[in-house]
Amino acid sequence: MPMARAQAQGGAGMPAVLRVCAEPDNLPYSREDQSGFENRIARLLADDLGLPLQYAWLPDRRGFVRKTLGANACDVIIGVPAGDERLLTTRPYYRSTYVFVQHDTGATSARALRSFDDARLPALRIGVQLVGNDLAATPPGHALARHDAVRHVVGFTVAGEAPPAQRMVDAVARGELDAAVVWGPQAGYFASRATPPLRITPAAAPADPDLPFAFSIAMGVRKGDRVMKARLDDFIVRRGADIDRILDDHAVPRMPLAQPEQP
Amino acid sequence: MRSHNHTQKHSAGWTGLLAGGLLPFAMVAAQPAAPPDAAPSGEGEWTMAAGNHASTRFSPLAQITADNVSKLQPAFTFSTGVVRGHEAAPLVVGGTMYIVGPYPNVLFALDLTQPGAPLKWKFEPKPDAGSQGVACCDQVNRGAAYADGRVFFNTLDNQTIAVDAASGTELWRAKLGDIRAGETMTMAPLVVKGKVLVGNSGGEFGVRGWLTALDAATGKTAWRAWSTGPDSDVLIGLQFKPFYAQDRGKDLGASSWPPGAWKIGGGNVWGWISYDPGLDLIYYGTGNPGPWNPEQRPGDNRWTAGIFARRPDTGEAVWFYQFSPHDLHDYDGVNENILIDAEVGGKARKVLVHPDRNGHVYVMDRASGEVLSAQPFVKVTTSSGVDLKTGRLRYDPTKEPKVGKTIRGICPASPGAKDWQPSAYSPRTRLVYIPHQNLCQDSQSSQVSYIAGTPYVGTEARMYGGPGGHRGRFTAWDPVAGKARWSKEENFPVWSGALATAGDVVFYGTMDGWFKALDAHTGAVRWEFKTDSGIIGQPVSYRGPDGKQYVAVLSGVGAWAGAVVSGDLDARDGTAALGFANAMKDLPTATRKGGKLYVFKLPD
Repeated sequence: MPMARAQAQGGAGMPAVLRVCAEPDNLPYSREDQSGFENRIARLLADDLGLPLQYAWLPDRRGFVRKTLGANACDVIIGVPAGDERLLTTRPYYRSTYVFVQHDTGATSARALRSFDDARLPALRIGVQLVGNDLAATPPGHALARHDAVRHVVGFTVAGEAPPAQRMVDAVARGELDAAVVWGPQAGYFASRATPPLRITPAAAPADPDLPFAFSIAMGVRKGDRVMKARLDDFIVRRGADIDRILDDHAVPRMPLAQPEQP
Repeated sequence: MRSHNHTQKHSAGWTGLLAGGLLPFAMVAAQPAAPPDAAPSGEGEWTMAAGNHASTRFSPLAQITADNVSKLQPAFTFSTGVVRGHEAAPLVVGGTMYIVGPYPNVLFALDLTQPGAPLKWKFEPKPDAGSQGVACCDQVNRGAAYADGRVFFNTLDNQTIAVDAASGTELWRAKLGDIRAGETMTMAPLVVKGKVLVGNSGGEFGVRGWLTALDAATGKTAWRAWSTGPDSDVLIGLQFKPFYAQDRGKDLGASSWPPGAWKIGGGNVWGWISYDPGLDLIYYGTGNPGPWNPEQRPGDNRWTAGIFARRPDTGEAVWFYQFSPHDLHDYDGVNENILIDAEVGGKARKVLVHPDRNGHVYVMDRASGEVLSAQPFVKVTTSSGVDLKTGRLRYDPTKEPKVGKTIRGICPASPGAKDWQPSAYSPRTRLVYIPHQNLCQDSQSSQVSYIAGTPYVGTEARMYGGPGGHRGRFTAWDPVAGKARWSKEENFPVWSGALATAGDVVFYGTMDGWFKALDAHTGAVRWEFKTDSGIIGQPVSYRGPDGKQYVAVLSGVGAWAGAVVSGDLDARDGTAALGFANAMKDLPTATRKGGKLYVFKLPD
């Protein structure tokens, strides 16, 4: 359970402690030993603000925002989609996309899957992550369905022994899938650890404009916590290069951050 | 076995009573409240959530009548100490009342022979705390079942437990599922012929649905019938004779899906089970297909969102009918199946009545699985009824929710015209009393969300009151005529169960905490009482050790509809609780959370 209920207030509305909520076992993002890239960004942030860093760990299940920020167990979540309506988000600090994960052997760069218009797709065994809400699907799930690729799609549920992204990537490595469509940060991390090495290619968004494949990621604070948001926005601008280095270390595939935006 | 005899005797009484339903109304009304062959000791008890195997929720007790119910007053109360949604039915056996609460699923036994009904014992199953984060729609439990000196109930973390009814000591527990896979159990067991029948929840996580029969004496699994997959898993064999052609064929539970998709296809069994001892068939519905989006699962997705008739001894399927083939709207088929005898088209038929989430009251021949009628009981825009020749629901494709499209006026909304909240049937009025919603929704995509480290854009639903603006109704439905006799508007969805009594009174509760008694014939409110929290429980009636009739109900708001209160959701976020919060923004100002039993009686 989240520790530290006490709101450690410093002067001028700023806390005396940086309280971060994170999932205790969700690499590459976070882990209790603080080896995830979000852990490293949190450390960078705490040092920059000159505040002690304190974690409240909670599994990323249904109601994560409500049980963390909402329950005042912490003040910051390091990685959330920019514009997520459940909280107040900062300016984005990276942007990534869904990618195809495939075997490197045989699939030369020229033959790698890049688009949902690829005529080979309906015949291939492709993994996608399922969402865990009735009547919802990830963007690649929707895209495959719209491109008549449903017969050989394999769904990976949220619950399981390992994160669905890891199970998908492992299935590609074992040859049980021809490809998987995985969110970039997870794909980069798990594919770089797989044997044999796997290839990652960004999935071009289908023509349908309402199916975004790239998302900008920001930090999240409680709705109304404008003081904290301003501090974090300032940090992101000043320390952008340091954040980028951490993301590079964790093989997070990225796209250029567009102009001031809301996805 | 004694349990067998007990339940059989009980059922025999009901069968006799229901047969009375075939007589002209005046004759039925003139009969004594209890039929001559009713088991005298059992008629004042309430041993299973629905009161009897026919699931009528009808009490033959008639001390409380439409004329004197206005004098009803509290007899005693009992706080469960839990703040989550309380959906269970209290049970009464002899001089003891049994209540199972939401997580952590404590079972309480109250001594009805003592003033104030003090706690006799409590049994704490100590379920895994991790199950709280898994349950989709609050952490409810829909009640226990009693047979042969044992109380059976399920825990959120997938255990079925048998407790000695006298002492409260554990007799056995069976671990049936895995919360790490998103699986939970919330339904009330039914005991039939020495077997405890239980099913699972969790379709939105890709949990494959099943119904399992456990030996009541040992807890050992006698059989398990899956809701998807090959015939051998579904227990489809030579006895299987579905009425409609589309349900005949080999391994349809696999071939009506993209290859392999059935393995995580949902069809969970989290609702109600009925039993007809004459035909020796059990009846239960299956949940919606999940966790796939409809576009990802072309095909009828059998055997989801439908009803099975099975043999209780072996689990073998005898027939199946699909209320919502290839479900598009989250219309689970798990609602109650009320077994009655009725004259349909001039012919005496053994039927079952099923008010479905898709907005239709189905009257089916329960021997064959034929749909005799399917009439809408709310505004329905997602379909235009059932083709009685083919048995198929006629969908309106323009109401299919799609990412990238805004669809307005989807009626009924995802929780359906009614959800789990069970109806009652009175053989005296021959009406089905249906507690239900009056909700429509708009569906649009846009909101970015995030789950398990993956961002996505969901179809975002916002629910709102249907025609008239009120969000609930309590409807007296004539299943033979296929129309409402009367219907009472309610501000909030009516998420409680219904109770009908031989005193021609019907009871239900509202989400803002009113417990109401209505004249079963006219719908006129004869009495109402404001409890401390919203009511989503199942009212029951029993004869106390003093020979007097009592009415009991659990108060304690929550569940999917009430999560905006019990789960402290942000009422400003209309998409919270999968869009239900939008329709319930004013509930937090109307009631507070907290579980409490209320028991009422007439003054001495």
